[in-house]
This record gives sequence, C-alpha cells and structure tokens, in this order.
Amino acid sequence: MSKTKVNDDLQRERDKCTFNVTELINIIDGGIQKTEERKKQEDMVLKEGIHLEQVPSEYLSHKEKYELAVKKACLLFKVIRRMQEEENAGMENYRAVLGGKLGSAILQDGSPLTLHYVMFIPTLMGQASVEQQVHWIGRAFDLNIIGTYAQTELGHGTFIRGLETTATYDPKTKEFVLHSPTLTSYKWWPGGLAHTANYCIVMAQLYTKGQCHGIHPFIVQLRDEETHMPLKGIKIGEIGVKLGMNGTNNGFLGFEQVRIPREHMLMKNSKVLEDGTYVNSPSSKLAYGTMMFVRVVLVTDMCNYMAKAVTIAMRYSAVRRQSQPKPNEPEPQILDYLTQQHKLLIGVASVHAFRLNADWLWNMYNNVTAELDAGDLERLPELHALSCCLKAVSTADAAECVERCRLACGGHGYMLSSNLPSTYGLTTAACTYEGENTVLLLQTARYLVKAWQQAIGGHTLTPTVSYIATVNSGRRLPPWENTIEGIITGFQRVAAGKIGLCVSNIEKRQKTGLSYEDAWNITSVQLASASEAHCRAILLYTYYTETEKLVETVSPALKHVLVQLVDLYVVYWALQRLGDLLRFTSISEKDIDELQKWYEDLLTKLRPNAVGLVDAFDIRDEILRSALGAYDGRVYERLMEEAMKSPLNAEPVNSSFHKYLKPFMQGKL
Amino acid sequence: MSKEVNPDLVKERKACTFNVTELVHIIDGGEQATKERKEVEEMVLQIKDIRDKVPEEYLSHKERYENAVRKTVLMVEVLKEHALRHSSFDAYKPSNMYRIQSGIVKDISPFMLHMGMFVPTIFGQASPEQMSEWLPKALSLQIVGTYAQTELGHGTFLRGLETTATYDPKTEEFIINSPTITSYKWWPGGLAQTANHCIVVAQLYSKGQCYGVHPFFVQIRDLETHVPLPGVKVGEIGPKLGFQTANNGFLGFQNFRIPRNCMLMKNSQVLKDGTYVKSKSDKLTYGTMVLIRVMIVADAAYEIGRAATIAVRYSAVRHQSKPKPDQPEPQIIDYVTQQHKLFIAIATSHAFRITGTWLWDTYSKVVADLGQGKLDQLPELHAIACCLKAVCSRDASACVEQCRLACGGHGFMLSSNLPIIYGLVTATVTYEGEYTVMMLQTARYLVKAWKQAVDGTALTPTVAYLLNYLNNSGRKWDNTPEGIIAGFQAVAAGKIKEAYEAIQRHQKEGHDYEDSWNLASVQLVNASDAHCRAILCEVFFTEVQKLSSTISAPLALVLQQLAELYLTYWTLEKGGDLLVHSSITKNDLVWQRQRYEQLLAVIRPNAVGLVDSFDVRDEILNSTLGAYDGRVYERLFEEAMKSPLNQEPVNSSFHKYIKPFIEKSKL
Repeated sequence: MSKTKVNDDLQRERDKCTFNVTELINIIDGGIQKTEERKKQEDMVLKEGIHLEQVPSEYLSHKEKYELAVKKACLLFKVIRRMQEEENAGMENYRAVLGGKLGSAILQDGSPLTLHYVMFIPTLMGQASVEQQVHWIGRAFDLNIIGTYAQTELGHGTFIRGLETTATYDPKTKEFVLHSPTLTSYKWWPGGLAHTANYCIVMAQLYTKGQCHGIHPFIVQLRDEETHMPLKGIKIGEIGVKLGMNGTNNGFLGFEQVRIPREHMLMKNSKVLEDGTYVNSPSSKLAYGTMMFVRVVLVTDMCNYMAKAVTIAMRYSAVRRQSQPKPNEPEPQILDYLTQQHKLLIGVASVHAFRLNADWLWNMYNNVTAELDAGDLERLPELHALSCCLKAVSTADAAECVERCRLACGGHGYMLSSNLPSTYGLTTAACTYEGENTVLLLQTARYLVKAWQQAIGGHTLTPTVSYIATVNSGRRLPPWENTIEGIITGFQRVAAGKIGLCVSNIEKRQKTGLSYEDAWNITSVQLASASEAHCRAILLYTYYTETEKLVETVSPALKHVLVQLVDLYVVYWALQRLGDLLRFTSISEKDIDELQKWYEDLLTKLRPNAVGLVDAFDIRDEILRSALGAYDGRVYERLMEEAMKSPLNAEPVNSSFHKYLKPFMQGKL
Repeated sequence: MSKEVNPDLVKERKACTFNVTELVHIIDGGEQATKERKEVEEMVLQIKDIRDKVPEEYLSHKERYENAVRKTVLMVEVLKEHALRHSSFDAYKPSNMYRIQSGIVKDISPFMLHMGMFVPTIFGQASPEQMSEWLPKALSLQIVGTYAQTELGHGTFLRGLETTATYDPKTEEFIINSPTITSYKWWPGGLAQTANHCIVVAQLYSKGQCYGVHPFFVQIRDLETHVPLPGVKVGEIGPKLGFQTANNGFLGFQNFRIPRNCMLMKNSQVLKDGTYVKSKSDKLTYGTMVLIRVMIVADAAYEIGRAATIAVRYSAVRHQSKPKPDQPEPQIIDYVTQQHKLFIAIATSHAFRITGTWLWDTYSKVVADLGQGKLDQLPELHAIACCLKAVCSRDASACVEQCRLACGGHGFMLSSNLPIIYGLVTATVTYEGEYTVMMLQTARYLVKAWKQAVDGTALTPTVAYLLNYLNNSGRKWDNTPEGIIAGFQAVAAGKIKEAYEAIQRHQKEGHDYEDSWNLASVQLVNASDAHCRAILCEVFFTEVQKLSSTISAPLALVLQQLAELYLTYWTLEKGGDLLVHSSITKNDLVWQRQRYEQLLAVIRPNAVGLVDSFDVRDEILNSTLGAYDGRVYERLFEEAMKSPLNQEPVNSSFHKYIKPFIEKSKL
C-alpha cells in the first residue's frame, strides 16, 4: 500500500468539484494573507512534533493522561513564547492554539492551561484596577504564575447570586478572610485548578461592616510558587473523570479562613476602602463584558467542531461503499444515498451559517463595548439577549450536528480513532457550561416579552426584535411566498406569534390568581421555544443577508455554491418547523410539497461539491486526528494502524488469561 | 457528613400517591420475578472483591480490560448454575434478572457475546449432533465464544462480506481466508483477547461456486496456552466512545483449515463430496436477528429508566435560582422546563418495556408457527422489529442525553454514570442494523402494504390502519387518546402515500425503481418513523388500559397519566404532521399544549416514586447523583477523592515540566 496515494474515490470527487477550493479557504480565513499566516503558524507549531504520540493518550491511565497533557501544554507554550519573541506578534498565536483548531492537534482532550489564557488573564484585564493590572498581568502573560477562574460551586451553577463562598473584610489587618462554610460551597469545575494553577480568581460573597454586598472577584494564591504545595487552609484536588475534556484538570477548592491582602480584591469597578467602606461600581452591567465575550467566542468554537465532524463524515462517506441496490453494479459510495446527503450537507451549511452569524455578533460586540467605554449602555441588554440565545442554539445545534455525523459513519464513528466521540465531548460540554442552555433561552425570553410589550405600547424596538412590530402591524396573514425571503419572514412570524402566545398565556394565568413568577414557570416550555424561534429567525436572516453581501465579490462558480448552501439551510429549517409555520403563517400543503422537492433537488445539486466543500474547511490531518477523515482517504489502513498501537495488541496472550480465564474455564477458580 | 436520606427525597417519597412495590412487581413481571432478581443481586454482591476500590475509569485501557475479566469470571462462576437452570427458550424473554452484571462491569463485559450471540447461534443454526457436542461446553463455559460477522469494510450489507470458506473435498475441510484488509472481521465483543472460539460468517465456496454467507464454528486460540492458532490474526480494535471493556476485536485468516462439520448445518449443508444442500427457507435465519432486536428494545427501556432515576432524584435534591425574593431556592424539579425534560423519559421507559414485551409475545408466536412450517408472518415481524429497533434506540439515546444535560455540568462527570449509559445506548443506534437502513427495510414493507391496500387486498394487523385511512380519510379529530392514535395512523398512512407517490413521480421522470427509491428515501424514512410512532402509541395505550383493570386504582391512574403524557408529548412534537395529515386544528393544538402542562403538574408529586419503582439499586445505578439516599454532594466529593491524582498534594509533572517552564520565563 502506497502511503502517499489518495483514495481513488476521493480523487474523483476532487476532480469534479465545480469551484475553486482555495478561493473558499481564503474567504473562511478572512483573506489570502490570513490563510498564509495560519499555515505558517501551523507549520511552526507542528514541526516541533509535540503532537506525535507513540501510544495514543486514550490508552493511558487518567493520571498518565494528565501528566502527558501538562508536558505537551508546557512544550506548546514554549513554542508560542519563542514565536512571540521572534515576531513580536499580537494575540493571534495564543488564539490559534487555544481555539478548537491548532490547539486540539496537540491537546485533543483539553489543556490544563486553557483557563489561564481564556479566563484568568481576561478577568484581570476586565476587572483589575490599573495598579493591579501593572502588578499581575505581566507575570501572568509570561507564565511566571499560572492562574484559573473559580466561580461555580458544587451546589451552585448558573444562579450566581446563590454562591456561598464568603470573603469577609477584616479592617484590623486590612485583609479579606476567604471561607467555604459548607460542602456545597466548594468551588467545583475550574479547569487547571486541581494540580496545575498556583493562583486563582475566586468569586465570593463580599462581607464588610457586617453587610453582604454580593459577589466580587478576588485573586488568591493557592500553591507555593517553589514547592507547589497547597497553602495553609486551602483544600484542593481534582473532581474526577468526565465524558470528555480529560486533559483539563478540572478541580475543586475549599477555604478554611484563608487570609488575603485587601489589594487582592479586583477593584476596577467596586472597591472596599481600608476602613471597610464599600464603594459600588457605576454599573452592575459592566461585569457582563467577559461573559458575553466568552459566549461570542463559543459560537466560533462550535463552527470549528462542526467543520471537523462534517469533514470526517463526508470524506468517509465518499470512501465507504455499501449495499447493492442494482444487482449488476458495484456497491455505491454511501455518499450517493440521499439519506446520507440529508445527514451531512446540512452540516456544511450550518458551519457557514454559524460562521457568518459569529462574525456578525463579534462586530456587534465590538461596537457595543466601544459604546460602553464611552458610557453608553443602551444596547447592552439587546446584545445580552442575543448572545444568550445564540450560545444556546449554536451549542445545541453543534452537538446534534457532530453526533449526526458520528452516527452517519456507522460503527466506525464509535471508535475514538475517528475522533468523532471526543469532538462530541467538547461540543456537548458547551451546552451546560457558561450558562446552561435552558436558563439562557429563558433569559432571552425575558427580553422578548419586554419587547412585545413595548411593541404593543407603540415604542420603537431595537433592530434584532423590530420584526415583532412589523408582524403586529398587519391584521391579516399575508399570503405565503415560497422563496428564501418568504421563509425568513415566515420564521419571524413564528417567533412573534410564539412570543405573543406566551404573553397572553402568562396574563391569563395571572388572572387566575397565580403570581407572575408562577405564571412564567408554567409557561416556560413555551417561552424557551419562543426564544429558540427568535434565534432561528435571526440565524436565517443573518446568514442570508451576510452571504448576499459576501457573494458580490466572489467568482460566479463559488457564488453559485454559497447561495445553494443558504437555500439548503433555509429550506431545511422550514421543513423542520412545518408545525410552527402551519400555525403562524399561511403556508399550504402544496407549498410544503414544493419545499420538499426543492430540498431534495438542492441535495442532488450540492452532491458533486460535497468533498470540495469540506476540503475548503482546510483542516489538516494533524488537527483532524481521524482515521476516517484524513485527506488521503486511507480509511481502513488507518483504522488498522491505529488499532495496532494498542498495548493489548503488543502481546499475543494477555496475563488475565493465566490469572483468571484459564482457571475459570477449567473449573479451578 | 450525614448518612441519612436527603430530606427533600424523604418529602417526595411521602407525597407519592401509589404503592411503589406494586409497580416494581409489574415492571419485573410479577412478585416472584422481583424476589428472584433480588436474590441474584445478593449472590453477586456477596462475592469478595467484586466492587472496585478505584473506579475503573482511572485505570489504563489495558488494566481496565484485565479488571473486567477478573470480575466477570468471578461473577459468572457464581451465576453459572442459576443461569443453567434458566437456559430454555424463555431465558431470552426480556427480564431484569441479571442486570446486576452491568452494575459490576459498567461498560460491557468481554463475555457479553458469549451468551448474547455465540450460544443463541448454536441454538438456532447448529444441527442436533453439533448442538449436543458444542452446547454443553459453551453453557458451562469450558469454551468462550463470540460471533464474527461485520468486517472492516462491510457492515449492514451482509451479502458484501469478503471472508471466504472454500470447501476442499480431498481433506473434507473448509479453508478460511481473508483476502483483503477490508475483509478482516472487526467489532465482535470478546474477540480480541478473550474468546477461544468464534462463529465466523463467511462466503461459502464449493465446487467452484459461491453459495452466499454461512456460519462456521471456528477455534481461534489454543485451549491451553491461549496463543492464536497458526493462520489466525487476532487483536483488539482500540478504544471507543463506550464499551471500553467489551474487548472488541479484529480477526483475519490465512488459509486456515477447519473440519467440514464445523459449518453450522441446521439449515443448509455441504456434503462430504462438496455438494451444497440449500435450506428450505432463507428466512429461517431471521430468528436470531429478531431476537436481538427484541432485546435492544427492552434494554432501551431499562437504560432510560436508569437515566431517569438519576436525573429525577438529582432534580429533587438540587435547588437553584430565586424566582421569588422572599422564598428559598426551589428544587429544580419544580421548574416546568425540567419536568418537560424528565417526565417524558419516565413515560418512554414504560412505553418501550411494554412494547418490548408485546414484541416478544409476537415473536414467540411466530417462532412456534415456524416450527410448524408456517412462514407467512415473518415479513411483518421483521418489519416491526426493524423500525422498533431503530426508533427505540434513537429515542433512548435522546432521552438519556436529555437526562444527562438536565443535570447540568454534573451530568458530564463519569461518576454520574450518565455518560457511560449514553455510550451503551447510542451504540445500539448503529449496531445490529444501522438506524437508517432499518427504517428503509420497514419502508419496503410499508410500500408493499400500501399497494395492497390500494388494490383492496387484506392487510396484516400492524398495517391494517392503511385501509381505514383509504376508506375513511375524513375522520374528525378528537382530543382523546384514541383520537391521537387515529391521528398518528393518519400521519403514517399519509406519509407512506406521499413517499409512494414520490417514487412514482421519479420513475415517470425516467429514473429506474432503485434510483427513484433513493431519491424518495428521506421521505421513506419519515414514513417508517410515523408508522413506528403509531404502533408505539397504540401498544402503550391499549396495554396500559388492559393492565389497569388488574391493578390498584391509584397506580392505574398514574400509569394512564404516563400513557397520556406520552401521546400528548408526541402530538405536540408532531403538530406539523398532524396539521397536514389529520383534521386537527390549531385550537386543538392549543388545547393539547394546556393538557400537556396539566399532566406535568399531576405527575410531579409522583416523580420520585415513579423512578423508585424502576428499583435500580445503587450498585447497578453506579451514580453519585442518583443514589437512593440523595447524598449528591457528599458522593460527588467521595468519588473525586478516589482519584489517584488526589492521593498526592503535588503531581510529579510540576517538577518535571511546569517548574522548569516557569523558571525559564523568570530569567
């Protein structure tokens, strides 16, 4: 078997691709220049060989996995450090190795240093005063200290006000006393906390002069910088094995009356003066910043995971052949089955949809933070509402997409060597972290209910909910239009209709004597669904309009394909949400028949470009790490090569035969 | 730390309106079955060193396997006699008798396929002489076997297998060969390092002609030394999403010779001179396949029950948020969104258990008929078993994952056991017939039935509703369970009709039948799904009605509520289909939505009682979040403290890697 030869089927797929793959790669990267930079970065990191493993880490014990992760993380950041010194670059190198792409080539199941960069440093930047930043940020950037961020507790997650850890100010010594009063108050989950970090931002209830002022961030040293021993009064360890992310070293942390200097409270916003006086921050909304930043970044991560999964499944489906529908012909590539196209092509479209939505949200985030700095808080609630539902829907959709791709690979998708299970682990984790999805959908619902009431009251609405007013203005249902624009308008009607129903249900229930909160609770399944409908409408609208802008400057061949993908995405979701469309728009059964045909037609049209489209995600083999998805399509050879790395395969007879099996079979146990 | 039962759980149990023990007996299949199950559980739990001190997730892949072999042989040694007493046909009737095994070896025993496939295949396909030679050895575990069908390049499409068994009349032997890398057997549990025998499914060649795939009984390792025999290449396929201790293996042959009488010859035969004698019906081999699918439906019910137990108990213990400023944080099970996620899981477990039993009864009748040479019910049974296998495995995955996500971050911990349960359940979506392929097999049957219905031919019972639809398609919607069931049948009939017409349309456009089928296949899968949903709804509802007259009134009421919840839930999920294919109105959907919210409210006080009735003891649940006493946080902490990383304050990697790294940066 030649190692360099590409599988014939894949080669044929590539030969028939109708557009220029490189053109699309450059668009996804954000320009030719960016593609070159990315490739250079990948080369520089990968040539170090840190990603190579003799025995894949899945075979190791939990402890060995951690030790390997630490080793690799240190080697990786050593390379980054060198690159930074050589080029004096910005944050790009860090972002590359921390995101779902290059970083996961080296540390496929999470890194114990991620939160240092993703949460510890950003929180210092966002919440430390200028003097504090001078003191801490340099050390943190140089990795003189390793930090993490501890908020969630064993008994408390999404509801931040419920945290139990206390920080009580003692004006005599000018110190805060940190304490974990109960088992449920132990910090639980922070990555790198268990055995890696020596510093930590701790969120705790601030008490001073006998009064509680709510939760505030503190920087706390956990371990001795020389010996790494936990400091006195600090109870620390790891929380155990998880579904995924087993390289992240998630930890627990408890305090027994641990004292820290007053200056260790992060005081950019609120302050405690030497005498214990509490000075409130100008706006409590300012603390939203980091949270929203993380949610925006999450949407991008989700795109990366989906792109990986769909690349693997698509290439495998081009190589795998199965069944013989026609007796005198060979078994077809499974990609030729319409049911398979149905599972996979929507994945490709979803990557583009979320990518463009993420870019759009990122721009909005930057605008709003600029306004914030200028003291203008007006658009914060809208951005908050948007980032909540987009986080929820993008993580849920991505998890579903990755799992669908995995199942589309049949049994082989169940192998860790396909890399699909661990991609699923990373994706599904995001459904519950950084705000549990149902809670987030209900937060957006609060905003939508308010917007509805404003619309009824004749107030102007913010841009992303302005459709509510438009929908409300017409008395009759307008005729249905079976076009992309028509469907998008239909989705806005669905969203507005659902919000309206929720509002009237809550009101009805209040009239029966229920409190607002109980009425809200009983209606909450519908509220979550309204919120999701709102998010769908935005996703479709943004994907469509942003693509319209984009295709103005691309070649006709590529434009054609990108528009087909938008059509596929919009029609797919229309078919998924027929019940809603039937209830809230004037769509007819005949329209539905047409949509079904349109959808199947689009699958057939996109089929020849299926492999080209995933090649355009340009995820190199070292990052993909998949026996099923490698560029050369040597699927079966790679599966076997990976299996042969198993330590169990290194000996013909395992010791358990002599120890247990043989005595048992011979009745001598 | 207190060892008492969590007060919230105590309160929940007091609020329960029905007798939990009564429901436990129903689920087990009678008081006697419950008693026996508990005896088996005790027998196993009394074995010395059967419980792990360090949870197996912390071990290396190899150590986990070795530990699984150790525990399995200890367990089988104790259970062997008990199992032998129950080794009739009825032993395969779905039951929870031996579930304790999955408590001890959490992620599948390397022996699973020995009893799961090796023995049943000998039962079903060996001749009487072969059976008398092999079966005693297999049942007493003097030999350990597995079943090898799937190959690296070939799964669901059986005819595509490449392994060959070529008869050599000179020596009266078969020569087994794996001609390509894609022909290597790949996946069988226990094959890698455990089994010394194996049923190998291979293309039979005799006198220069191929007769299709047949089963062969093959020894692969030396009985004394366990070394693979010359010509056998065997090993493991590597780590997976789950099934970590199943010891799934690969197997290749190089001119490996076995005696002629190692071909399983109950049905087809090869005579000494190489003459091939065909079996009477090629449908006879369906039997084992259907049996496995019955078991998958029953397992799905059990695993959903486990997941629901964990998530419901945890949701009764966990408190969160403060909707009302002056009141404490509520139990999260009081949030309607949480009830929406969990109660459907409870109802689905009952729906699948009851449907599984119904399928088993149908299967045993068909098997009895087969014995008398009657084959005509086989295609219908096959069609039902295919779609039920597909839909139940998929729904079970969705339910389990929903339960896991409903536990927030803590559900991501392996100590919750939810990720492992998900791994077990999601595997069933693709093994033993991949989901989509199964759905399309049922669709073939449905399309045929539709043609018969249009021609006015009589239909088999499970598709008889097609005639009602044709004769009476204007049936008025009514908001009752019977009305919903009729509605789902209308949806199924409508979708079958649409898919059928789509095939015809594509044919008219010039495609041949198979291409037209392919172009319509997304719709065909939808039609199968609708058909299966109609069956599930109908069987669940009617069986609960029957049962209700024989049990206490409070319990009957609760089971009826669950059945109605199931129907209402799916009415809302499939509102679009119902709007298109039945006469349901938008107002009816509003009514159904309100009814659904009412049902959640009436089920709420019994939620914990309902999961207690699944009666999964802590040693089988293996969950920090779901234990009977609700000591959630204490158990999470206790489990974490078992981590080898937590046995030392500073891990060696600090001195080896982190410290030099930090120090370099200080320079």
